[in-house]
Amino acid sequence: MVTGQFLKKMGAAAMAALALSPTMAAAQEGGKGHPEPGQFTLQPSVTPIQDSIIAFHDGVLMWTITAIVILVLALLVIVIVKFNAKANPVPARFTHNTTIEVIWTVVPILLLVVIAIPSFGVLSDQLTMPDGERKYLGANVFSMGEVDVPAPTVTVKASGEQWYWNYEYVDEGVTFDSNMLTDAEIAELKPGQPRLLAVNNELVVPVNETVRMQITASPSGVIHAFAVPSFGIKIDAVPGRLNETWFNARETGIYYGQCSELCGKDHAYMPIGVRVVTAEEYKAFIAAYKESRDYATAAAVLPAL
Amino acid sequence: MANTAHLEAQATGHDHASHDHHTPTGWRRWVYSTNHKDIGIMYLVFSIIAGVIGGLLSGAMRLELQEPGIQIFHGLAAMAYGLEGDSAIDAGKHMFNVFVSAHALIMVFFTVMPATMGGFANYFAPLMIGAPDTAFPRINNIAFWLLPPALLLTVLSMFFEGPSGMLGFGGGWTAYPPLATSGHPGPSTDFVIFSLHVAGVSSILGAINLITTILNMRAPGMTLHKMPLFAWSVLVTAFLLLLALPVLAGAITMMLTDRNFGTTFFNPEGGGDPILYQHLFWFFGHPEVYIMILPGFGIISHIVATFSRKPVFGYMAMAYAMVAIGFVGFVVWAHHMYTTGLSLDVQRYFVAATMVIAVPTGVKIFSWIATMWGGSITFRTPMLWAIGFIFLFTVGGVTGVVLANAGADRALHDTYYVVAHFHYVLSLGAVFSIFAGWYYWFPKMFGYMYSEFLGKLHFWVMFVGVNLIFFPQHFLGLAGMPRRYVDYPDAFALWNRVSSIGYYITFVALVIFFYATWEAVRKKRLAGDNPWGDGATTLEWTLSSPPPFHQFTTLPKIDSKDAH
Repeated sequence: MVTGQFLKKMGAAAMAALALSPTMAAAQEGGKGHPEPGQFTLQPSVTPIQDSIIAFHDGVLMWTITAIVILVLALLVIVIVKFNAKANPVPARFTHNTTIEVIWTVVPILLLVVIAIPSFGVLSDQLTMPDGERKYLGANVFSMGEVDVPAPTVTVKASGEQWYWNYEYVDEGVTFDSNMLTDAEIAELKPGQPRLLAVNNELVVPVNETVRMQITASPSGVIHAFAVPSFGIKIDAVPGRLNETWFNARETGIYYGQCSELCGKDHAYMPIGVRVVTAEEYKAFIAAYKESRDYATAAAVLPAL
Repeated sequence: MANTAHLEAQATGHDHASHDHHTPTGWRRWVYSTNHKDIGIMYLVFSIIAGVIGGLLSGAMRLELQEPGIQIFHGLAAMAYGLEGDSAIDAGKHMFNVFVSAHALIMVFFTVMPATMGGFANYFAPLMIGAPDTAFPRINNIAFWLLPPALLLTVLSMFFEGPSGMLGFGGGWTAYPPLATSGHPGPSTDFVIFSLHVAGVSSILGAINLITTILNMRAPGMTLHKMPLFAWSVLVTAFLLLLALPVLAGAITMMLTDRNFGTTFFNPEGGGDPILYQHLFWFFGHPEVYIMILPGFGIISHIVATFSRKPVFGYMAMAYAMVAIGFVGFVVWAHHMYTTGLSLDVQRYFVAATMVIAVPTGVKIFSWIATMWGGSITFRTPMLWAIGFIFLFTVGGVTGVVLANAGADRALHDTYYVVAHFHYVLSLGAVFSIFAGWYYWFPKMFGYMYSEFLGKLHFWVMFVGVNLIFFPQHFLGLAGMPRRYVDYPDAFALWNRVSSIGYYITFVALVIFFYATWEAVRKKRLAGDNPWGDGATTLEWTLSSPPPFHQFTTLPKIDSKDAH
């Protein structure tokens, strides 16, 4: 209990730091689901997992490493100014100082422990499939968990092929391929969508529901990696293995990712497009797909982009 | 005491040379060389040649990535294959991967390792411990002469078939199967495997030679705890080589039999596991990154002490920090594999173990600063490189702490953030330490002083250039740009352009480096035995510049009061 309260306090302090973080503010200006020109921060979040990654990175790690770099830089500047040959013609001869050596060994250890607390929390969230009861950290990475995430309702198996993705809605018997659109195809079919990210057949999933992703690759193929930055997920698609991850997106829209394991000549040309829609739209899409067995026909029931 | 030893060594050295009619001359001096200094020089020349090849490969990559879209590789493919249109573009995409792979292999195995563990370790570890040569001079010769054929094999791999109908190995330096096996049916991968085998044998022989030399041939009175830190760094690194490289050799041998003899160690269709290869590779690969940086730690310690005119702060902590880094470096390998589907407990362990490395690394950074604290610092060229190293290695180190956290690595794995991180510790860390060592020991090795102006110009231009290349790559990685991409979404254009401009500036810096070297050799400003003054206390400064062909024919005696 005491630990819990301590962590809550730490969490509040971290939140205060977050509010001040310049990187957070900049990130919030970016578009969701794809990188923005000149972006220098993590992609904005639409899931509790990416919330926790951003809070941990921007609110804990960035502050810590910036402080360490500034400390080292400041010490170097002091040394350069105070102990150059002109300012200090006679060098000292000391070679030991037990106190300072203990300090610069123990303080980093304490710092690492402080980093490790939210780090393990963020990691555990990512690798634990929601059961409807477990609480997730969300943006408060020093908490004991305060975000409810429902158990998964949709299971999708994504298979990395050379060089496209195949999606299978495991409980629906629905499966289709997702290929990158060429520049000409974008202009014709989906004008305005980003080059090298836009795909012909997006993975369609319901908003606010937990999607269980099973990731693999063609048994005779190579390793790929399934990644969607704004969901905070990335996991390798390995031939002969079934990896698992999950996401719960809270906003509708299209979210892009790119293959993240070198897989041959078209490694840069097999993006991932996930279209998050309302629960009703999702049901209508699946029903339409089952009837027509054609992605374009099924996608026509979704609102125009 | 050291001075007496110096005079004796000098006298006997000269005496020896004048009576020795067996000192080989001409090409025999180099090809048949069993002399640690000549072999060291050959390693350095080899490293520079390989570095130019690796640097030009990265130049093609930066030209390609300067703008979104495919800029040059379809043209290169058109030239290489005589293809046109879409097939030239396809071949160009593969060729980019070939360049990525060859750049990494050449920089790791043929530039950084030969410079530090080949060049500086061979030349200066025996001098620093007061030994006349290394323990196994003939092994030293073969260790060096295995490297040119190894480099040749890697370069040749670019001209043999990889994937059907395309030339070269494009599977990255990590060479993960199945891409490196079924994904590359042609012989190019076998060339890479053989290249690594040969380079590995070379490194193992070199490591055996250096370990034996350092453990057995220290001058009377030089206990391990009085040994200079560069010799310590070489000793630790040699052990890492000896323990890590056989694991790589085993992994790539299994891959070789998978490719050619029908085994299925890494092939899931035959019950094998591609992830097994990654464990084996990184069990070698992670110590490998310390192999590249530890000798640099040693070099920096000497330079910082010399130009601060103050002994190294916390000698014992510095030596054992390197031992600790080497030890822990063997138990953190799977932090390269957080996204492969490792279980939660395994990832937790590797997070904790990896973060531990930050502690001894911090001890080293702070001890270098404490060495300067209270000193009387002159900012000669080697010292500029050393201070630059300390700052840039800190930047690369803290992004390593970020990546150590599996939770954060989820977003950053296989993005440009990782590329930025390891170039900060290698391209700006290890390479800066190599240039620091080059300018520090140039007068000793060649007997001539380089131009301070040119050396400092080289430093400042390169400092600006490499930071411009790699700092913006952190932004690209955070925004989500994956590594090893020939083309990228338009949103990543800005920082890629900045990064490419940085490359051109770095290119200018390297032109200055070659000019500075040429100028020093041409102007022949004699350096004298010790151009650095009373801060340079290690034994190499007691010898002439360059040292006699054979030194320490009468061993120097190390006084119990002598500082390290």
